[in-house]
Amino acid sequence: MIKPFLSVLLALVGSVALAAGPGPKLLNAGTNISDRASLQRGAQLYFNYCASCHSLQYMRYSRLAEDLGLSEDQVMKYLNFTGAKFGDTIKANMPVGTGDSAGGEDWFGKAPPDLSLVARARNDGPNWIYTYLLSFYPDPTRPVGWNNTVFPNASMPHVMWDLQGVQVLVQPEDGEAQGDGHSGPTFELIKEGTRTPEQYRQDARDVATFLEYVGEPAALQRERYGLWVLLYLLLFTGVAYMLKHEYWKDVH
Amino acid sequence: MATESVNHGRRRFLTASTVVVGGVGGVFAAVPFLSAWKPSARAVAAGAPVVAPIDKLNPGQQLVVAWRGKPVFVVRRDEAMLGTLAGESGRLKDPDSANDDETALPEFARNSHRSLKPELLVLIGSCTHLGCSPKLHPVVQPEPWDAQWKGGYFCPCHNSRFDMAGRVYQGSPAPTNLAVPPYRFEGDVRVVIGETEAA
Amino acid sequence: MGERTSTMTGVLGWLDQRMPVMDFWNKHVGQYYAPKNFNVWYYFGSLALLVLVNQIVTGIFLTMHYKPSAAEAFSSVEYIMRDVEWGWLIRYMHSTGASFFFIVVYLHMFRALLYGSYQKPRELIWVLGVVIFLLLMAEAFLGYVLPWGQMSFWGAQVIVSLFGAIPVIGPDLVVFIQGDYLPSDSTINRFFALHVVALPIALLLLVVLHLGALHEVGSNNPDGIEIKKKKDASGKPLDGIPFHPYYTVKDLFGAGVFLTLFAFVIFFEPTFGDLFLEYDNFAPADPLVTPAQIKPVWYFTPYYAMLRAVPDKFFGVVVMGAAVLILFLVPWLDRSPVRSIRYRGPLTKIALALFAVSFVTLGYLGLQAGSETQTLVARICTFIYFGFFAAMPFFTAIDSVKPVPERVTMHD
Repeated sequence: MIKPFLSVLLALVGSVALAAGPGPKLLNAGTNISDRASLQRGAQLYFNYCASCHSLQYMRYSRLAEDLGLSEDQVMKYLNFTGAKFGDTIKANMPVGTGDSAGGEDWFGKAPPDLSLVARARNDGPNWIYTYLLSFYPDPTRPVGWNNTVFPNASMPHVMWDLQGVQVLVQPEDGEAQGDGHSGPTFELIKEGTRTPEQYRQDARDVATFLEYVGEPAALQRERYGLWVLLYLLLFTGVAYMLKHEYWKDVH
Repeated sequence: MATESVNHGRRRFLTASTVVVGGVGGVFAAVPFLSAWKPSARAVAAGAPVVAPIDKLNPGQQLVVAWRGKPVFVVRRDEAMLGTLAGESGRLKDPDSANDDETALPEFARNSHRSLKPELLVLIGSCTHLGCSPKLHPVVQPEPWDAQWKGGYFCPCHNSRFDMAGRVYQGSPAPTNLAVPPYRFEGDVRVVIGETEAA
Repeated sequence: MGERTSTMTGVLGWLDQRMPVMDFWNKHVGQYYAPKNFNVWYYFGSLALLVLVNQIVTGIFLTMHYKPSAAEAFSSVEYIMRDVEWGWLIRYMHSTGASFFFIVVYLHMFRALLYGSYQKPRELIWVLGVVIFLLLMAEAFLGYVLPWGQMSFWGAQVIVSLFGAIPVIGPDLVVFIQGDYLPSDSTINRFFALHVVALPIALLLLVVLHLGALHEVGSNNPDGIEIKKKKDASGKPLDGIPFHPYYTVKDLFGAGVFLTLFAFVIFFEPTFGDLFLEYDNFAPADPLVTPAQIKPVWYFTPYYAMLRAVPDKFFGVVVMGAAVLILFLVPWLDRSPVRSIRYRGPLTKIALALFAVSFVTLGYLGLQAGSETQTLVARICTFIYFGFFAAMPFFTAIDSVKPVPERVTMHD
């Protein structure tokens, strides 16, 4: 209802503000944080593949349960592997070094970043995450054996490779246009994963959806209340207009 | 201006409508601001139920546990302590917990011993007068504040006195009995303060 | 004064005998006669007041949860966004309010240029308004630093460094302002004090003076006619109507339209595609890593584009400062015998149009990376911006004028 108007408006704004943002070409993830099933799948994937290294320091397990429609028991059993309390924020499973101490820092060169705001702190964040998860390829020159076209020389290995399989980089830049009109690097799958390419794209989309939600949990409330607030304000404006019109009959 | 006749009724109606619609909006707009004063998710998390081990608590001993920043007393009462409860009724303000709704007494504690298990007393250690923390004086002996002291709590701030079930004595400034928090037991090993048995 | 009797009874009557409540109401609202021909441009004054109230109320509530320290500022903002019930709404009202404040104020100022509202006897209203604008820019900048994200930090770094361009004392002044050798904990702490206490008090005082000066001489109008020249037998301006109820109900309607747009942004697009809240500011401040593209928030970009257009640090800062300060001179640069654009000649119309276009273009360019072509355009626009003021005494003096009617005109 409001979305079409909004997208036109944003296209206008975007042409001013975002056009300037340099960066890799991103695929369109088509995330939708109102899709609760996608959020739940994304959360499951996140806690199985990402949470051991990446904390969500501003997110609480209890908030996840509330917003994702999960019970306390479900969250504590299937998502919380750290023994944290239900009301706690989400720490990484692995002891992550703070500053110069041991931990994740020693594994990959530097401490894995907190991902609470990863979807908000990057230009076009959810699409960035989606494209990033689809852009790993083996690279023996890197310490972790993997590289990524969206984030070159990232220190992170392809943790979801068992799902995607292994794809090699065929053409680094401006390859064939990919189905959705974006051009970018092209890959070829040389080892199948446990998921089909279609399923893996859905997995990547689910993770991106989940992280978009984590970036701004209030977005769910915003969109829920927004329409009512607008309807009320239109009513108020209408009544105020009639009042104004009535009094201004005096003025010629 | 104002040459033709003015429809005063319509003006009054529209003014009233605007005031009412605007007023309703104003009330709704106040809700988020007032709600922002409620305990935040962080405060709620910090005030989550606490678990305390009670398997090492011997009869007559007290354990103090912090819950929501307040002391909670857990006492394993011995036979003698429980025995003093019935005889004190005449000297108490509210021996039968008639006014304990004010302090949200859990239903399971609405009994002569004010507890889930008769021997285990769990109280919020905060005087219902002005919030000081009363001290346990368990020994039956004449005390400066009561020659017939049967054991109980004495508040050093304003001399409020409570018996071994947290019931307030007559003549104390405290208006009600000591409050009982929601709690439940995990077997005989632990007490969980802050929540009751799931219904 | 003790003998003064009130027409009112009850509590109000009691008050009125001890304080001129009724006089005040009549002077500023009940019997403040405003021209009856205000058009849509005249909504923005009352809307600016509305946004000011919004900023103060939401600001007070943000202060209750925000922590002004380098270590805690960023996470306390996220705490507001997540853990404080409805905190996100209060924060978005404040951040969106900042942008809407400038939209409203820029339109309000352009209205004054359109209708010559700064001309005698309203010079003081204009001057006070420019002071408010300056304070508002300072207030917005200080507030922008508080979330202590990447753009907060680097914005502070860049803006404070501007003072470093001042000869001799510059470098020491920068350290003095920051209270450190880089924007740091002490900087955020003092910026917080200025943002929530000092500047709001100054702003409120100036708004009172701005309105006081306005109500002393009376409002201008789209025809630029002095309504006090034509009065009826009882001394009321023939073209004036009491502010209450006519403009109270009209401004109430304006507020409704405004709040609808405001709520739309708050609830559906609070970042407004990177213009109102920038994505880089959702990353905590890191003094060792500058974001790929540093740009100020949109409302500063016209001045930022001017700064960048000048290939010299000191002179660039001078140009930037002069761009704002030159506004003070406007009442004395305009030599036209008429006020309103409606009765002015083509020269003034073209000049004002060019000025507006170059200002908006500068605003756009300030958001861009700054290619060679863009820098060239920015220089042309900067030239037009200053040229507008420099040439004003001439084109306003020689421009043709149309006859101004005796009485105001109504356009429905």
